[in-house]
Amino acid sequence: MNRAELGLKFKPRKQFGHPAQLQVNGHKFLKRFIYFSLANLLIMSVSKLETRLRKLFNVPRKGETFEFREGLVSQYASERKDTIQRVIAAMTVGKDVSSLFPDILKNIATHDHEQKKLVYLYLMNYAKTNPELCILAVNTFVQDTEDPNPLVRALAIRTMGCIRVDKMTDYIEIPLKRTLKDDNPYVRKTAAICVAKFFDLNSRLCVEQGFLDELMDLLDDSNQMVVANSISALIEISKSTNSNFLKIDSKILKKLLMTLNECTEWGRISILTALADYNAQEVAEVQHIIDRVSPQLQHENPAVVLSAVKVIIKQLDKVEEDQKESLLKRLSSPLVSLLSTPPEIQYVALRNIRIVLEKYPVVLARELRVFFIKYNDPLYLKLEKIDILVRLADESNGLLLLAELREYALEIEPEVINKSVNAIGQLAMKIPKVSKKAIDVLYELFISRADSLIDQLVVVLQNLLRRYPTEYLTTIITIIGDLEFDTLNTSDAIASYVWIIGEYSSEIAHLEDRLTTLMSQFQDSDPAVQSALLTTIVKINLTKPTPVTQKLLQQILNEATKEVENADVRDKAYIYWRVLSTDDVQLQKKIIMTKLPVLESTIDHFPPLLLNELVNEISNLGSVYHKPASSFIKSIDGELINTQLQSKKLEELQQLAKTEIVNNTVKAENLLDFDDNDDSPQNSSAAVPSTGNVLDELNDLFSNFSAQTPQQQTGSSMINNAIKQTGPDQPQKKSSNEDLLDLF
Amino acid sequence: MASVIYFLDNKGRPLLSRDYKGDIPAQAVERFPFLLINNSSNNGSFDDGSTRPVLYDNGINYIYLMHKNLYVLAMTRHDTNVFNIMCYLNNLIKVLESYVKSLEEESIRDNFSIIYELLDEMMDFGIPQITDTKILKEYITQESFTLEKVIATATGAKGGSLSQTRAKQPPSTLTNSVNWRSPGIFYKKNEAYLDVVECIDMLINAKGQMLSSEIHGAIKLKSYLSGMPELVLGLNDRFLNGGLASIRGETGEANGSGNANGSKGIEVEDVKFHQCVRLSKFEADKMVSFIPPDGEFDLMSYRVHSHTLRPLFLIDYKMKNHSNTRIEIMIKVKANYKSKISANRLEIRIPVPDDVDSPKFHYNKGSIKYIPSESVVLWKFKRIDGGKEYVMIAELLLPSVHDLSNLETFKKKPVNLKFEMQGFVTSGLQIRYLKINEPKLNYQSYPYVRYITRSGDNYSVRVK
Repeated sequence: MNRAELGLKFKPRKQFGHPAQLQVNGHKFLKRFIYFSLANLLIMSVSKLETRLRKLFNVPRKGETFEFREGLVSQYASERKDTIQRVIAAMTVGKDVSSLFPDILKNIATHDHEQKKLVYLYLMNYAKTNPELCILAVNTFVQDTEDPNPLVRALAIRTMGCIRVDKMTDYIEIPLKRTLKDDNPYVRKTAAICVAKFFDLNSRLCVEQGFLDELMDLLDDSNQMVVANSISALIEISKSTNSNFLKIDSKILKKLLMTLNECTEWGRISILTALADYNAQEVAEVQHIIDRVSPQLQHENPAVVLSAVKVIIKQLDKVEEDQKESLLKRLSSPLVSLLSTPPEIQYVALRNIRIVLEKYPVVLARELRVFFIKYNDPLYLKLEKIDILVRLADESNGLLLLAELREYALEIEPEVINKSVNAIGQLAMKIPKVSKKAIDVLYELFISRADSLIDQLVVVLQNLLRRYPTEYLTTIITIIGDLEFDTLNTSDAIASYVWIIGEYSSEIAHLEDRLTTLMSQFQDSDPAVQSALLTTIVKINLTKPTPVTQKLLQQILNEATKEVENADVRDKAYIYWRVLSTDDVQLQKKIIMTKLPVLESTIDHFPPLLLNELVNEISNLGSVYHKPASSFIKSIDGELINTQLQSKKLEELQQLAKTEIVNNTVKAENLLDFDDNDDSPQNSSAAVPSTGNVLDELNDLFSNFSAQTPQQQTGSSMINNAIKQTGPDQPQKKSSNEDLLDLF
Repeated sequence: MASVIYFLDNKGRPLLSRDYKGDIPAQAVERFPFLLINNSSNNGSFDDGSTRPVLYDNGINYIYLMHKNLYVLAMTRHDTNVFNIMCYLNNLIKVLESYVKSLEEESIRDNFSIIYELLDEMMDFGIPQITDTKILKEYITQESFTLEKVIATATGAKGGSLSQTRAKQPPSTLTNSVNWRSPGIFYKKNEAYLDVVECIDMLINAKGQMLSSEIHGAIKLKSYLSGMPELVLGLNDRFLNGGLASIRGETGEANGSGNANGSKGIEVEDVKFHQCVRLSKFEADKMVSFIPPDGEFDLMSYRVHSHTLRPLFLIDYKMKNHSNTRIEIMIKVKANYKSKISANRLEIRIPVPDDVDSPKFHYNKGSIKYIPSESVVLWKFKRIDGGKEYVMIAELLLPSVHDLSNLETFKKKPVNLKFEMQGFVTSGLQIRYLKINEPKLNYQSYPYVRYITRSGDNYSVRVK
């Protein structure tokens, strides 16, 4: 082992940190040569140190890790590559191979493209655990961003952005600036996205260095993919900060609309997303957007189609009435086309279609059949389809739908059965023309006596009676009369059953028996049932009192006021009691026998405010949950998590840096004290200053670190302020910040 | 956009993942199986895919697709374009399948390095980049041990320089405006094959009435042409007008006038083109003009509503239950089309109860097999001519320990049919011409055209 070589290790390293500042007045070639040799030297010396250290600490010589290590330093390139692959495989199955970091790092300088990718992949995964060692790789990255092969340049800048170590920000600036101006569009488009990564890592620095402006400049790039990626990056940045960095003016708008037709499908989506948020004012502009966007409705990628639909819907309010109508017609077949996709995508499409449908009910009026259930649809899709079907029903297709729903009610899954029975009820309420047929179908279903649908059936019957109080009474009463209440399971159904008995007591046979059985289980029933039973018995006593019902009345009032825990039921009982205590029978009847208002529909609609928000959410997550984004994305929470993560990261980094220093001191001492005997004195003296160097350098790194924390501090104190307004956990948070301070 | 993408096995255990943004903790994926169970729309069972594909938990949104036995999962914290993510996942699956044949647990384990490479190239920082298989294949080539490489590694040091000279460049196609075809393609024979394929989905009830029908059509082009050819496809006017009307949203009127004119009353809808077709030109000039990608692709797809379409096969189904020990199923199939035409490869899948015993069949044509894993009896014909009628009777012994629901549910599954017919399509689409013009090479080439009608995935007949 050659001491002189070791001594060399640390001198060049200092320059390594900032390779761009290296002053070599020679040819470019010379520069590159020096880099290359330095890198080689570095790797060689590190490897020698490694083996030495390993000797000292007696690293286990068995096991997988040991094998990997052996393989990684093998003299055969193929074996090294093979081992890297095996390491990545181990990483994939979740084994912790982070201890191999230095060994992997040695393999970074390679011309083998695949090997490079594998090493980069490893670095991305474990950069967090070895932030300091990661810096050693920086040199190769920077060097690679100048490689003659554009694939390598792009790969390097892409990977650099993915290494989420704060230190990286110091090194990424220059290569990023350079690659943003690269001749090759492939490199430029990769660099554009790297700006978003950089922003995510350190937004302040990113803005200060003017990267956002450069990104805006790229919007004017000659290559469509670069434009698309710049848009995506700007959208991404805007989204993460909740502000708008993508300022579209009429010039950019023109450029975007022109680029739209040349882009890849994903680029088109980015542009369409940007367009959807753009608020066009002039009529000509609106027209231009519509003209350019509507051909996209014919694109084969469903996501492009839906994004285009969104853009057009957002413009609809700005166009004239007759054009609006023709545009709406135009939307229908693209919306339907979203359904020729895998079920999961269909589901999201259906959720979006529902929003469009609520906003513009005419859109899909003619497309009922498309939404029919297929036998092999997953359950969630079937349920969603029934929801849409009911909303599409009108006089012309009512019968067709009814026949279809009848089939569904004979399906196997109970959820589908319930939903379709409910849908038959909704259909009957919505379209009086088919209500007669619908009741017949319900009767037929009742005769088939499928247990699973009885509960839902009774609830539906109650709703129907409230919509058509007299028309179908005979059929419904026949069903109810046939029904014993113990065949019902859900409390909703029982409550409906009890309500119907009370409302139409004169038609029901064996009334007293039914009431007595119900009464016997009064205490164990659900509050909804108790409440319904209370009303029913009171009503019956006003219409056709018998000795039995009077006894029941006394009993129920007693129990309800004395033993029932539910406050509502209790209060209701007290009120009834008070009313019944007056002698004014007319007044009693007036209060108790009031008819409920006619129920028009049980199909629920979005409130108008929510609906408008949901239109903005089309194709986004909010459209699936049918909630505005603010209700499930908590941006402040997100920041909190981030800062917590970051502060945790910071602590880890500090710990690591400390151990690194300690290790290196040990290393240095080892070098001095325990080394081979044949070293000459000069060599060892050469090593001394260099050890100093390494310490200094690490200290430097460390102080950089503490220099960065004030900024961190301000960030978290801002959040502190935010929390101050919201809640009590502020002191805790502050103390954790102070802890952080103490560390420095 | 997506922060991280996972491939999980059918128990929800991660097989492979790629983290794009680092804002999702690693523990998040462990919640996924629980979420699947908790949100299942039919309480409880896990693997029947009954859980909605977009789930929310603790600030993280889980978006997944099922593929065979795998879950392909994306997660994000932000309110992003979920539809985009799903379509991307779908494309991702397609691309991976083109690399590893069949994407399943085993193949992911075996090909992790190529999958990582693809994941890297297809998405960056959660933003989809390139999902075109043909382009990707140009510069991401599957690792394989070729002789060259063995030699290169054997010579050791030289290996580096050798592989450097072969270093791959990003195909310029990638960022060209014609980003689906690379320049400099050459064929000795310049050929193009056009297939018009229409798939019929139909649902027929037990009385033989058609409940719903849908025709999905596609024009598939296989092109083996040199250079950068400009193609123009000519279609018959009736089809074109129908297509244009649907694009303009005028289906209603078109249909009305069509019926008045006594035409067949066919509505063309959802005309979709491959990205190479100049969309604006189609609308303005009724021209389908394009520069095709090399090889096979779907040029155009459409949907047709036909009011005059009749069921192509009439199925008569009878079932007799002999006191729950034995059942007899009788099926009569009649080919309900002109005797000049014939259908090929007809497959009738007849659902039967689970676990039946010693099946016996009587039939006069085709071949019959019982497939226990799917609980169906499969009746196959090589060819069936129009107007012909065939009968089969299956006798099945029921398991002695049976539950009645099994006997009930099998009747609710529809009989499924598969077939293929050549020489015509139901929509009336006709290819008038395909002009091929390569401005530089100026070669002659004539297209071959075929018309095929076949069943879709859902050509089924309800028996109850």
